[in-house]
Amino acid sequence: MIVPSGQPSRRDVLKGIAAAGALGALAPFAPRPALAADKLVVGVIYVGPRDDYGYNQAQAQAAAAIKKMPGVSVVEQEKVPETTDVQKTMGSMVEQDGATLVFPTSFGYFDPHMLRMAEKYPKIRFAHCGGLWTEGKHPKNTGSYFGYIDECQYLNGLVAGHTSKSKKLGFIAAKPIPQVLRNINAFTMGARSVDSKITTQLIITGDWSLPVKEAEAANSLIDQGVDVITCHVDSPKVVVETAERRGIFVCGYHANQAALAPKGYLTGAEWNWITPYTMHVKDAMAGKPMVNFLRGGLKEGFVKMSPYGKATSDHAQKAADGVKAQMLKGGYVIFKGPLNDNTGKTVVAAGTGHKQTDVVLEQMNYLVEGVIGKV
Amino acid sequence: MARAPTGRAARAAEALVVPLGALAAAMVVFGLFMAVLRQNPLEVYALIYQGGFASAFSWQNSLSRAAPLILTALCVALPARAGLMVIGGEGALVLGGLAAAVAGHLVAGAPPTGVKLAMAAAGMLAGAAWIALAGALRQYRGVNETISSLLLTYVAIALFNHFVEGPLRDPASLNKPSTTPIGDANMLGPLPGLDVHWGLGFGLVFCLLMYVLVRHTTYGFALQIVGGNSRAARLAGLPVGPIVLAACALGGAAAGLAGMVEVAAVHGSANASLIAGYGYAGILVAFIARQNPLAIVPVAVLVGGISASGGMLQRRLDLPDATVLVLQGVAFVLILASEAVYGRLKVFQPARA
Repeated sequence: MIVPSGQPSRRDVLKGIAAAGALGALAPFAPRPALAADKLVVGVIYVGPRDDYGYNQAQAQAAAAIKKMPGVSVVEQEKVPETTDVQKTMGSMVEQDGATLVFPTSFGYFDPHMLRMAEKYPKIRFAHCGGLWTEGKHPKNTGSYFGYIDECQYLNGLVAGHTSKSKKLGFIAAKPIPQVLRNINAFTMGARSVDSKITTQLIITGDWSLPVKEAEAANSLIDQGVDVITCHVDSPKVVVETAERRGIFVCGYHANQAALAPKGYLTGAEWNWITPYTMHVKDAMAGKPMVNFLRGGLKEGFVKMSPYGKATSDHAQKAADGVKAQMLKGGYVIFKGPLNDNTGKTVVAAGTGHKQTDVVLEQMNYLVEGVIGKV
Repeated sequence: MARAPTGRAARAAEALVVPLGALAAAMVVFGLFMAVLRQNPLEVYALIYQGGFASAFSWQNSLSRAAPLILTALCVALPARAGLMVIGGEGALVLGGLAAAVAGHLVAGAPPTGVKLAMAAAGMLAGAAWIALAGALRQYRGVNETISSLLLTYVAIALFNHFVEGPLRDPASLNKPSTTPIGDANMLGPLPGLDVHWGLGFGLVFCLLMYVLVRHTTYGFALQIVGGNSRAARLAGLPVGPIVLAACALGGAAAGLAGMVEVAAVHGSANASLIAGYGYAGILVAFIARQNPLAIVPVAVLVGGISASGGMLQRRLDLPDATVLVLQGVAFVLILASEAVYGRLKVFQPARA
């Protein structure tokens, strides 16, 4: 048997046990002083594993960043379902750990769970990921942060459009809800800005985390001749790995998956939650009122692109960087007319456009021209 | 044959001491595991106690996690009394929740008590029908009920998603497809004086009723015979089919009621958050409780407590969620293994005359 260095040897372990016993005898039942009183205790709750190469990892990276801020300590709990469990987890962080700022990060934590806890603990700040907070409707000690990641998906599409030889792109999505449709559409529009012959074949799996179905979907898309793929599921890991194994290109989502596909990873749409996390922590430490509604795109630093991979050609990089520069200036409009959906109906009339902040975009219920699929 | 009262007391003591001993052994094993991970086992124990059982808050945390498991465990325990291994409680739960949400919406104008009753009835009926279907497939078509109930769960979840995201979707639920809310007035509140919802109360009552049913009624006696040997039961003239179906339906009703509680006490509508695995966790609880309706309650509280403690371990020691699964796994393997000890410890044997 090979014992990798750094692993404790049996002797170390025995020593450890003995030492632990001795230590325990000295201080029976005195758990480590929960958390220093002079620190801001921040609780972060994840719906899945923290190392999922996806949604939860993006949040955990921000949690790791605020952990390094002076005067902040962070308590984390993963794999908490969207049931009363998450209410009790929030309660535990407040009652047992002394947390005064809580980040319940899953979309489904908002209503009724976080709202109920916010009512019960009016002095505690709750910052939710997903952009649901509404003035006048939701309590002032709660808030939402969210990012316009469709900007990054547009750039993903642009790079994919420059890379694809077959002119067939693939998109694996969890559910046909507005947030997801917006990404599918932005990706397709980015690609079609390169060549209007490009199509995006869409497969909807039906739920946020279905690794087997996601792998099947990826394989089936590749069998149909798709040569660049991306997705919107909780963990893109399986999709990215399948693409790499089958030798096609892939654009990432949520977090950086370059390590999973060193050959085929072109670039990726990533959250940059460090920005809103830091804002909330600073406000809490300064005792300033909570900013209830935080939103931003590339310009505001809420989202970012993965560094380009080896496979990304220079002209693709240049084209994407050009549009990115415009987005970074602000005011870039993705959804502008004339825009038809894939049944031929006009969804944005010629001469009009929806800015990123336009709430119309949050009720999106169509797939744009070029997407092969149905809502 | 009458037994001496001391024999009875000895058996009661045995039933208490054996699982508790197994639990203690599990804590020792888990403590060693923690020591290997360079954590102080005593600190770990203290955190487990703090997280699950040290304060009123932690007790309510444990009880609230236990509540749905009590009902879903009954969905395994009751058919098991008839000799059927049904593991499809999750399907009965989600369909019960869906039926309750629909019923709540249909009679939304009625007085709240009426709405709640209609929701409970709809949830229980849906759950009962679903598990009875698995029972009927077994009884009349010879389909293995373990497999069929598991597969029926996938069907149930697919149906649930279809209706929640399709015909029954509230157009206002944009990014989290849900049915139309039942309205605040029709929601079940917490148990008086507690921060635990009514699911716990329903679970306790259901367990008690089922205990009386299986232990102290002619139906329960017949069920025991069917479960022991259904051919012999048939030869004795018992209506085996209806007896089996009733047990399945009762179990399904319990799981359906759990779904109703999720809708009426927690979510306010039916949506994908209902599919949280309570049905599967209930299987574990029922087996540890040896399919005894009364034993389900403490076992569910134990599982709820471990889950509450697990959060504490994660938060304070930065351990992954998998650590809690190790604790749960060790505890349950040892409790199940401890069954071999019954009747072998001299202390608990009634003195022979």
